[in-house]
Parts: sequence; C-alpha cells; structure tokens
Amino acid sequence: MHIHEYQAKGLFKQFGIQTPESVLISDKGEAKSACKTLGGSLWVVKAQVHAGGRGKGGGVIICHSIEEVQKACEKLLGSNLVTPQTDNKGLPIYQVLIEGGQDIKHELYLGLLVDRQSQKITVLSSTEGGMDIETVAKDTPEKIIKLGIDPLGTLTAKQCLNIATQLGLDEGLNTQFEKTLMGLYSIFTQKDASLIEINPLIITRESALIALDGKIDFDDNALYRHEDVVALRDIRQEDEKENEASQYQLNYISLDGSIACMVNGAGLAMATMDLIEHQGGSPANFLDVGGGTTAERVAKAFELIQSEQNVKGILVNIFGGIVRCDLIAEGILTAIQKVGLSMPIVVRLEGTNAKQGLKMLSESNFNVHVESDLTKAAQAIVEMSQ
Amino acid sequence: MSVLINKNTKVITQGFTGKQGTFHSQQSIAYGSDFVGGVTPGKGGQIHLERPVFDSVKEAMNETGANATMIYVPPRFAYDSIMEAIEAEMPVIACITEGIPVQDMLKIKAVLRDSNSVLIGPNCPGVITPDECKLGIMPGNIHQAGSVGIVSRSGTLTYEAVDQTTKAGLGQSTCIGIGGDPIQGMNFIDCLKRFEADDKTQSIIMVGEIGGSAEEEAAEYIKSNVSKPVVSYIAGLTAPKGKRMGHAGAVISGGSGKAADKIKALENAGVAIAPTPTTMGSTLLEVLM
Repeated sequence: MHIHEYQAKGLFKQFGIQTPESVLISDKGEAKSACKTLGGSLWVVKAQVHAGGRGKGGGVIICHSIEEVQKACEKLLGSNLVTPQTDNKGLPIYQVLIEGGQDIKHELYLGLLVDRQSQKITVLSSTEGGMDIETVAKDTPEKIIKLGIDPLGTLTAKQCLNIATQLGLDEGLNTQFEKTLMGLYSIFTQKDASLIEINPLIITRESALIALDGKIDFDDNALYRHEDVVALRDIRQEDEKENEASQYQLNYISLDGSIACMVNGAGLAMATMDLIEHQGGSPANFLDVGGGTTAERVAKAFELIQSEQNVKGILVNIFGGIVRCDLIAEGILTAIQKVGLSMPIVVRLEGTNAKQGLKMLSESNFNVHVESDLTKAAQAIVEMSQ
Repeated sequence: MSVLINKNTKVITQGFTGKQGTFHSQQSIAYGSDFVGGVTPGKGGQIHLERPVFDSVKEAMNETGANATMIYVPPRFAYDSIMEAIEAEMPVIACITEGIPVQDMLKIKAVLRDSNSVLIGPNCPGVITPDECKLGIMPGNIHQAGSVGIVSRSGTLTYEAVDQTTKAGLGQSTCIGIGGDPIQGMNFIDCLKRFEADDKTQSIIMVGEIGGSAEEEAAEYIKSNVSKPVVSYIAGLTAPKGKRMGHAGAVISGGSGKAADKIKALENAGVAIAPTPTTMGSTLLEVLM
C-alpha cells in the first residue's frame, strides 16, 4: 500500500525525524494563509499523488511570491499529474503540500527495503541524493552504501555511525543521522513497511538534517495488524476497477491490449498474456480468479472485462485441479446469462472434468468457442478478435 | 529414490480440522500418502478423518513418527505454526498459506538456516512424489511417476508442466512448488541440487516468473553444478513494470526482475527455453532426443 508524502512526513515526525515546516491544502483559497503561516519569501508547492517522478512531471513548483504559490495551487489542484511512473492518464491531485524553501548545502539519499537476495532489511544510502537512486546504483555502484540488518537482531548505534562515516558526514551530524536512521528502522519494523525512502535527505547550511521528501510503502499482507496504517489509505489514487475486483477476491490489472483473459492462478494468468502476444494479439488485462472460484466471481469477472472499452475478445483459460471444470463451465454460463456477451469468447478447459465442462459449453445456446488445447485457443481468439 | 518425500514419509497437517486442512488432508489420504494425523491446538485427543488430533507438532511427531507437515492455517497464525514445526525439528515443512507478512518470513528464514528443517513455500502448492506421497494441494490425478523433476514459483504453471510431461510419456520424479512470495523457504538452487543428486530424476523443468533474481542465480548455479538437461519457462514477458502480478513476489521493480533478462541468463547457462507455457513438454522432448 502506498501513502502520500505528507503522510510519510507525519510518521517521520512521530518517530523523531526532522521534516520541513509545511501546510497541506486542498483549496487554492488557502494558499495565501499557508504562505503567511510558513513565512519567508520562498515556497515549494508539491502535488500529493501516489507516484514518483513528480518533479519531472511538473508536480513540484518553486515559487518566489505568494501570487506564484496561488497560481501553482490553481494549476495543480483538480488536475491530473502525469509522471514517468504513471500511465498517460496520470493521477488526480486533491491536495498540495506547501513548504518553505530550504537552504541546502548537500543532498543525501537514505532508504530501507527488504532485499530479496540477502533476505534482510537493508539500509541503502548515498551521497548522491536528489537523483534517481536506481540510476546511481547502475552508473556508479560504488556510491551506494548498503548494510543488511540481522532479522533476529536490530539496527545498532554502531552501524548508524559506520554509515555516517562512510557518507563522510561531519562528526557534528552523527547524532542527528543516528536518530534519523533509527527512526526509519522503527517505522519499518513496527509498521511493516516494505520500502521507505528519503530522497533527498538534506544537510542545511545550519547543519540540520532534514527529510525533504518522503516515501513509504507498506506490506499489504501485514495490514491486518496495523489499523493506523490502513486509515492512511487514499483509494482515489488507486485504480477503480482493480479495487472493485479485489472486493470479489479477483486479482485484476488493466492493460492496453484488446484481448481480455480470465485465468486461474497468477503464474498461468501471466503466461496466458504472454501466449496471446506470442500469437500476435495483445492482452487487455491480467486476471487471476483464484483457486476456489465461484459462479458469482466468474460473473463479476465477466462484467469487469467487458466494461473495458478496448476489449474485443475474451480468452478463458482454466486448469482445473482442485476446481472442477464442469463447475467453471456452469459459472461461465450463469455469467453470460446474467451480464450478456457482446464479443467473441474462447474457453479452454483442462484438468478435472474438462471434457464434461467443454461439452456443457458447446451444447449451450451461447456462441462459446471451446478448446482443450491452449495454443489453439489463443490462436482462435486472436483471429476472432481482428 | 526421490526428492524430499517418498512412500515412507509420514504426513501430518497443521490446521488439520479447519476447512482447507480437512479437504486437502482427505485428498492426501485418497492419493495414498501415509497420513498419520494432524495438529489443531485445543483439539488434542479428538479423532478427525479417522486419525488422531494433537495439540502440538512435537506431540504429533512423538506419537506418530511424522516426518513431514503441511500447513493450512490463516496468514496471521502461519508464523507461529512454521516456527513450531522448526522448533520440533520437523524434517520437511510445506506451508501452503498465502499472505504471510514479509517481515515474518525474514525471521523464519533466519531461524531456518541453522535448523534441521527444510521449508517449502509459503504461498505454494507443496511437493509431490507421484504414486508415493502428496504433501500439498496439487491435483494428484494429473501426475505420473517418471523421470522429470519439476520446480516452479507458480502453482497452476506447475500443473501445466506436469500435464505436458505426463502426456509426453516422461512422468515426474518429484514436483516442488516453491511459491510466489519474495522471501521463501527452498529456492531454485536448493531444488536443483537435490534433483541433480537424485537417481530417479533424469531431467529438470524449472518454471520461473518476473521479480527478484532467483532465476539468474539458478542460471549461475546450473552452469557449473547441473549435468542433467534443464528446460525452463519464464512467465511475464508482457507484464507491466511496477505492478504486482498476483504473487507478492512477481513484480518488476526499478528495471530488475524482467522476464527477458532471466531468459537471457538461463540461455547463457545452456538451459533450453520453452517459448510458451504450452511447449515445456515438447521442448524437453527435443532436448532429450
């Protein structure tokens, strides 16, 4: 689960990490009073959306007067922000964060993540803050300082000092750095985060260490034990259809192609998308209906995929293991009866009771093309959808 | 010989009396596994599916000689269940449960390293040695005893590989679903090592998918350590960046974990790549010709 920058900074504050003074507004009329509250003569207006690359997308605007702040707020609020990390529709801006300008001496990067290779929570830090950290890692890997933390132990003050030294920080900053990193580690472990980034973590001319930006992702699997984290969710930043699907325990991701698919199992669903492309088509979605699927869920899935504008055909691919194919066939027929069928459909059933299921479909009154061979099924739907 | 489990394996279920535990225990019994009982805390002393229920894994092992367990408890109890099995020194643990917090898995992995147990999963179908023992949720009827060792991150793609090798007349020695989570028990290399050492396994199918670098690491391992022919299929060539494709571990993040890179690494290691999910069996047959 993603949260907004202002929410991440709220957590930072709670855990003793310094953040700039800021005011969150959702109405451009509040811009002037926000500037007055913050004081100074330089402000930054930052769009609050769940995506990185906001600067590149024009979502971070530096302003030298209150009028400029007002203009920036007017431009951003109510619009959609497209960044290199969003699709071409972008994400809606309902709130902007206004911060006073900072006197930056140096920019660092500090992050925590679960490293799959070492199987440890890992600290990543670099003197090259403010840049895309993946680019830094690729072009100048020697500038990334990496430290794995023992899963049965904890982050120690000595390790913090070690990183501070490797970053070449002035000794006077060591205590602040330890406090910052310890705070991040506490958030990470206490709230089941999966990724935390401060980029940049700035050193000001007054030698303060401040989190100028903040990003926190949480482990979806652990949300059940963090009501406070769930409360931070902003569903306006999420895909409406994907959310609707998840309420029916359907794993759905919308794509740009024209052939929809409905599959049991995540791996097979991905493989089915690949096969559609291999046969010259393009997949319109990823959809895993899960192992113990029901007629109701199949109906919902049908409704969802037919509601996408670009869809011209449907491929159903079920490998019946524990799930019986005749039950799936029944589900499909019920679904067509309920929500209708406006495009060609090919159904491939294999495994338990597959023959029975295919027979039920081909003998029905609906125009369902059945196939037990997956390659042929993919070929058929690509041809029929042209 | 076989890998991990065989006809002498004595199986129990943790979460025995629950809906999932009951159903899949029945299936395991019907398949002919030596299924000796199960664990549900608080229900010790009862009889379920004509087998004894125990309060703890330790007790179940002492009373029945169980040496493999399958876990069907909800995610919030999975950490305790796996830890309990490790502490009881259960040799083989298959955790089917999906949705375990990743930081729980980090701790489990750290404890596992110095233990006498192997963990398969979580979020996996389990492991099966055809005609001998079924420790998991895979449909038993599609399997056939034979010579192909199958290891996979995806459940249903394992079934595809099984079905194709059965139809190709090769059959399977042992099939291991290592699961779709980012942090898991056995990885590809652990399984490849066992398949290489196993007399019954003559060839290997490895099914991977986007996310992480387990396939690249396996490719390095295969280069110098695996003499048996390996065929691989990697799912997710069309998967978009940054989206989790069903499995918690199947995500391309920051340009790493792409299917194309994995395929390239495996090809460099001399692995034959099945271009589609429907050609795993036929690609293997070609390699074996």
